Amino acid sequence: MTTTIDPAAIAVGTALPELVIHADPTFVISTALATRDFQDVHHDRDKAVARGSSDIFVNILTDTGLVQRLVTDWAGPRALVKSIALRLGVPLYAGDTLTLSGTVTEVSGAQVTIDVRGRDSLGEHITATAVIVVPELAVP
Amino acid sequence: MPESIAPEDVPEALTKLSAAGASAPRAGRDPVNQPMINNWVEALGDTNPIYVDDESARAAGHPGIVAPPAMAQVWTMNGLHGTRTADDPLGLATQLLDDAGYTSVVGTNCEQTYHRYLRPGEEVTVSSRLSEFKGPKRTGLGDGWFLTFTTSWHVGDELVTDMLFRILKFAPAAPADEASAEFLAAPAERVGPVISRDTEFFWAGTEVGELRIQRLPDGTLRHPPIPALWQDKAEPTDYVVAAGTGTVFSFVVHHAPKVPGRELPFVVALVELDEGVRMLGELRGIDPAEVEVGVPVRADFEKLADGTVLPFWQAQR
Repeated sequence: MTTTIDPAAIAVGTALPELVIHADPTFVISTALATRDFQDVHHDRDKAVARGSSDIFVNILTDTGLVQRLVTDWAGPRALVKSIALRLGVPLYAGDTLTLSGTVTEVSGAQVTIDVRGRDSLGEHITATAVIVVPELAVP
Repeated sequence: MPESIAPEDVPEALTKLSAAGASAPRAGRDPVNQPMINNWVEALGDTNPIYVDDESARAAGHPGIVAPPAMAQVWTMNGLHGTRTADDPLGLATQLLDDAGYTSVVGTNCEQTYHRYLRPGEEVTVSSRLSEFKGPKRTGLGDGWFLTFTTSWHVGDELVTDMLFRILKFAPAAPADEASAEFLAAPAERVGPVISRDTEFFWAGTEVGELRIQRLPDGTLRHPPIPALWQDKAEPTDYVVAAGTGTVFSFVVHHAPKVPGRELPFVVALVELDEGVRMLGELRGIDPAEVEVGVPVRADFEKLADGTVLPFWQAQR
């Protein structure tokens, strides 16, 4: 946990620090297994290619986990993640790099809504909306 | 489940599946546990201490260590040799659409709502239903059905997490197959496109075998793309993926002068796409003397030495 944001600094338009993930095969495979997702396209390159992909690729549970990490890295351990709505775009293949960025779009009491984008070399991989509650934002 | 099902019988079969409602609650293989949490935070590089350190979790307002909420689905994943239950709607819908020829799948949306964080030792059950289906729809990948599954996780009677998961089950279209294979290679001296901020999305599309058409805020399609003055320049260009089929609207046969990387004569065709916009490209697969307005074409792609990918037209007769 690198950051605990000062609640006073949370406002609409606030940009979160970027999270850059190099998705080497170790990352793709270890996250697939850590999410208990044993679909071959996430760990077996030959089978992924046979199914029409150019390589193994990152699974959806990992994407959700990365969005969660982006927002809590920024908001700190007291933040509660309430929801993550994710739209999937182009795949994130092994060897590619994902850059996640976030922008605060709404602050309502203790609740903060964040627009999250994740781009790789093929284009937009993740478009997401995360809603968190930051207890310090509650009216004292 | 029949061996095969006609595409026109899909709506009735999906209606039936949807009406069957939620599957019986199925228990996760293991209770929520620290070793799986450790694997997850390590693989994802998540250093939030509330998942691994009791004191930090208490300091953050939890009763003790909690599991990452995004792990909700992980607790009930089937595993390497797991099999779906007989009433699992995702399994049943997958089988049904496989049998109808929609053999490929891609996830499109995943929306999770966390009602509370889980704690080690808790036993989770999962239940799922087919809540919505739409189709058949033409997409950049092929014709297919959008299916939405609503899944919920409980501890005892308490709802802890909800999820909406949407997939596209599709019959792969020819361009998608070609997109995933290698593109044709162009001669090394072929001149590449000039890519601007306004056309970058188009060339990003050709690199994955997609013809992208700019969509304006009022829904109309535009090609060539125009500068998106109505939105912040950091915003991505909105577009639709063309089916890649159309007809020759107009054309010229180029005899001279010589053009690097091309054999003379060649045909440049203005094609009217099925989506209604017109797009220029070289027309191949037909004798230049036989080209006429109205010839049906299909888009194909060719990779240049610099890595950019150019679309061209293949005559369909």
